[in-house]
Amino acid sequence: MYNFPSKLLENAVNELSKLPGIGRKTALRLVLHLLKQDSAIADALGESIIKLRKEINYCKLCHNISDSEICLICSNPQRDQGIVCVVEDVRDVMAIENTGLYKGVYHVLGGIISPMEGVGPGDLNFDSLIGKAAKGEIKEIIMALSATMEGDTTNFYLYKRLKEFQITISTIARGISIGDELEYADEITLGRSIMNRTPYENMLKG
Amino acid sequence: MYLQKISLINFKNYADEELEFCEKINCFVGDNGEGKTNLLDAIHYLSFCKSYFNPIDSQNIKHDADFFVIQGTNLKSESLDVIYCAQKRNERKQFKLNKKEYSRFSDHIGLYPLVMISPADYGLINEGSEERRRYIDSVISQFDKIYLDNLINYNKVLLQRNILLKQFAESRSFDKSSLEIWSNKLVMLGQKIYEKRLTFLDQFLPIFRKFFAFISGGKENVDIDYQSQLSDGNFEKQLNDALERERTLRYSIVGTHKDDLQFNIDTYPLKRYGSQGQQKSFIIALKLAQFEYTKNIKGFKPILLFDDIFDKLDNFRVEQLMKLVSNDSFGQVFVTDAHPERIRTIFNDINTELKVFEIKKGTATEVTTGQ
Repeated sequence: MYNFPSKLLENAVNELSKLPGIGRKTALRLVLHLLKQDSAIADALGESIIKLRKEINYCKLCHNISDSEICLICSNPQRDQGIVCVVEDVRDVMAIENTGLYKGVYHVLGGIISPMEGVGPGDLNFDSLIGKAAKGEIKEIIMALSATMEGDTTNFYLYKRLKEFQITISTIARGISIGDELEYADEITLGRSIMNRTPYENMLKG
Repeated sequence: MYLQKISLINFKNYADEELEFCEKINCFVGDNGEGKTNLLDAIHYLSFCKSYFNPIDSQNIKHDADFFVIQGTNLKSESLDVIYCAQKRNERKQFKLNKKEYSRFSDHIGLYPLVMISPADYGLINEGSEERRRYIDSVISQFDKIYLDNLINYNKVLLQRNILLKQFAESRSFDKSSLEIWSNKLVMLGQKIYEKRLTFLDQFLPIFRKFFAFISGGKENVDIDYQSQLSDGNFEKQLNDALERERTLRYSIVGTHKDDLQFNIDTYPLKRYGSQGQQKSFIIALKLAQFEYTKNIKGFKPILLFDDIFDKLDNFRVEQLMKLVSNDSFGQVFVTDAHPERIRTIFNDINTELKVFEIKKGTATEVTTGQ
């Protein structure tokens, strides 16, 4: 343990080192860096964090992080409200938005089902999605969860609850990454790609 | 394929040793504790990146040293491959093929197949069903990555499902739909595992019986009976029927994780009614069948290691066995024995290439004579 010359310094290091991926050494380096900078920089940092925590909203429709009651994507009239992409958290929304190819809206579950982590269906935002589906507002649901066993299980749970409605349910394709050479693909992925092959005509449509 | 040369530095009781082997039978003779089995273990390292006996690599370093190195030269379809394995204390194990380091050990396993037969294998007969499941799983998954993937996922699902059952019991609640999704996955994966184990044993059993008959001179009949709850009817229905009991017990009681292999000799359980010699013959036949199964898939002969094989076997069985592995359907063989004369007598009558090494306190001297 370090012997800190100042209680203030020690507190700051303690708080920072609670963050994921930051140990005590890194925390100390960050704190010393902030001390060297103009005090306005530390003020801006502190204020932005306080403001973030106090004023952040979750979109009433899709549960994405938002500044307003309804997020920018859900309130955009150009987005097709009939197509819903189900994702785990806001990072996935950002990743899919970056593709620029998706014109529907999202539904953020807030996690995936995993009893090991203490996450059951009741802890996730399923009910509002089912509600939307029951009202007949949705034509298609795209499940875009991680290709892990827990992701698959969550997909399956969702499918079971949605299959009574007249909705097209799809899941994102699993297989060889673009630009990858076949010989470097692992057997499982390659095997799956062959089992779930796509008609070539679909590829031509782009 | 065969191992031409091995060199050891600070591996177990070997300080610095280099040995050249022949393409057929290589024997290590010497008293207990001199280092015969350590040589076999070094050869095992070159194939599986790990010890057959001790999973903690650093404990295989010579007592007073800081590192060990095992290097082997393998002749495989006319190219010489150098396999290098080094372990320093408190560092990561290094594994290289032709000076190129592997990022995943699993890429290496299977390139130089090997089958080891050792007294440690008695666990297969005497211990719980887990040992036997692990054994057939390792044989199947070496060549079937899809099976391995299903197995890993099955175990994950099982773990999640058990935790869920526990949570239900602790919170005195029950959510049917939540359990159902895990049960469904369990059924889907379990069914695939069951079918694969079934087809594997179908191919494996005739080979196994052939070898056992050869070693025993056809005196006894052996059988491996695959016992699975999945053969007693619909898996999903059984799982539904077991629900109340599972909720009380707080874990899953139906599935392929309860599978077992019953070893029988003349229709009686080998564990209880087999003599030590019969048990040993059974294990050897099992491993020889594994050898042939591997050979059929790989298209070339794995290396075969016999550790302390002669103990508890009658002379007839030993001779049959050595005649068998000396013929052309087997490749390179390594044998350890405490009695040099016995090795000589047995191989006197067998026309095969033979090298004998005398092992003494971690040094090996070639003593092949009288060929």
